[in-house]
Amino acid sequence: MAETKPRKLAIIASKGSLDMAYPPLILANAARMSGVEVDLFFTFWGLDIITKKKMNKLNVAVVGNPSMHPWFHIPTLLGIIPGMSAMASAMMRKEIDKLDFPPVGEFVQLVMDAGTNVYGCKMSMDMMKLTEKDLVDGAKVLGAMEFIEMADGAQTLFV
Amino acid sequence: MSVLDSVKFDADGYLEDPKVWTKEIAEAIAKREGVTLTERSWVVINYSRKEFETKGEAPTLRAITKNTDVDTKELYSLFPGGPGKLAAKVSGLHKPTGCI
Repeated sequence: MAETKPRKLAIIASKGSLDMAYPPLILANAARMSGVEVDLFFTFWGLDIITKKKMNKLNVAVVGNPSMHPWFHIPTLLGIIPGMSAMASAMMRKEIDKLDFPPVGEFVQLVMDAGTNVYGCKMSMDMMKLTEKDLVDGAKVLGAMEFIEMADGAQTLFV
Repeated sequence: MSVLDSVKFDADGYLEDPKVWTKEIAEAIAKREGVTLTERSWVVINYSRKEFETKGEAPTLRAITKNTDVDTKELYSLFPGGPGKLAAKVSGLHKPTGCI
């Protein structure tokens, strides 16, 4: 097998709902398992995924979400009842656990232990009044321009 | 002549028939992949082989870290360059199909 430059992946995670937290984490982890270098940049609501106080409390939206799992599809009108989102989120967490995927907080730790570089978007953090201390240990704060420079030569994914 | 000349591999370098695997083959595959096997690597390999014997496929990395005392960081240091591929290759198993 010929020696080539290691493949690089740059993932931008911009959504912070429970269902949208998993794709960037799963892809980052899969890439690391295959020896691909990964930079993971969290921006806007995506920051919730690496914010200590929020990472284990992410919810899935039931209102205006036509793609819920068939077993627990919730019509939009019922979705406005208080507690519906919490219930759907609890069910989704259970399904995720059945597949042996870890909860969000543990998953973030897993991808970091696997060597993924994790960054919080500076501008979004300023807007949400967050500092590096609010983020999971080991995450760094980075400006968009620096991230783009870092992603030079990488395949880029926006989630 | 290497012990690897007597066995067949698929296009990605995984052993075609996991049943012909031996410890000598594991050492030879590791050498080919540039990995040095230690006592700790064998914890992973022995567990992977045991899983293959009962379930017929390579365990996920999550299963390895949950069911052995090797954690994620150590797993990556034992198989630098991607433990998902390398642990299965050295253990003589097919490419893992699990996503975690």
